[in-house]
Amino acid sequence: MKQRTLFIAALVLLAAMFGAATLIYRGQQTEKATQTAIQNREALVRFHSPSMGNADAPVHIVEFLDPACETCAAFYPFVKDIMAAYPGKIRLTVRYAPFHQGSQDVVKVLEAARKQGKYWQALEALFGAQQGWAQHHAANVNLVWQYLAPLGLDMERLKSDMQAPEIDRIVRQDIADVQALNVQKTPEYFVNGRPLPAFGDQQLLQLVRDELERTSKGS
Amino acid sequence: MNTFATANAQGGVTARNANHTTWPLVFAAWLIAAASTLGALFLGEVMGFAPCVLCWYQRVFMFPLALVLAVGLFPFDRTVMRYALPLSITGWLVAVYHLLLVQGVIPETMTPCRQGVPCSQVEVVWLGIVTIPLLSVLAFSAINALLFIIYRKTRL
Repeated sequence: MKQRTLFIAALVLLAAMFGAATLIYRGQQTEKATQTAIQNREALVRFHSPSMGNADAPVHIVEFLDPACETCAAFYPFVKDIMAAYPGKIRLTVRYAPFHQGSQDVVKVLEAARKQGKYWQALEALFGAQQGWAQHHAANVNLVWQYLAPLGLDMERLKSDMQAPEIDRIVRQDIADVQALNVQKTPEYFVNGRPLPAFGDQQLLQLVRDELERTSKGS
Repeated sequence: MNTFATANAQGGVTARNANHTTWPLVFAAWLIAAASTLGALFLGEVMGFAPCVLCWYQRVFMFPLALVLAVGLFPFDRTVMRYALPLSITGWLVAVYHLLLVQGVIPETMTPCRQGVPCSQVEVVWLGIVTIPLLSVLAFSAINALLFIIYRKTRL
């Protein structure tokens, strides 16, 4: 009987230590990421980054994404739903963290589509057809054209724009900012400069709600 | 008849005494295995260190120890060391190999790691000397020592 009590006490103690250590560690990491974002505020949003929504919106979501990342594709409709739920209150800026092999070329395709005013359509088309051109964690830029064809893009112009030095600069700047902000996985969100305390759709929604509340009180 | 009964009673008493002294040893071995298992999970799942190939082999032998030893505690089964020792000895060998690799005793060209995280890479160093492979060697050594003591005791 005494042995059983000892065993259960040890088990509970170990579990409690694990839980407490996890909470403390996560808290420290969030704090560190917040500080990094504050210190590198200029790295968070660049003038060249594509944005959607009201420019004066009180809540600004900066999303670091990789077009070949499955979770990014899965989260994209969710972010749009949040924006639709609070019309005019949220602005979304897309930054690139092309971690997958071949992703940089697909980012260049997106930026070239942007020159023709079809950025968001192209992003949605590529996210929707992701399984067709990104397999085994590698993106194949030669497979994306068929999914962009229905958008009515000038493909010849698109392919030549992809080689433009300003697009190459955008990609390189974003990769440098990914390192400055220590973004290690995608999608990574910063809501008014604050990183998610833990990854998840509800955590993102909660952070957006917190910022909406905080900014409405301030004004 | 009488002598037989006495001998039997004495045998029961010695068995119970042996249980009293060996149960804490199995419990201690379980505690080390459980703490090591949670520690490995913390490093991997919470802190986000990707385990290298050798780390995975050490996990393969440490994780079941936490379960097998716990099963042996209730009801107490001294023969649990028969199932636990093969795991702890093999895990110890992998851990020692890993430690020698990290310390540079075994040259890196002999590493079996081809992709992912190289096993010779040291992720963390606490207090200047404590590394994850060192903790692994210490944990497996302590479990081995405890199980060997139980083995000696049960043979007597």
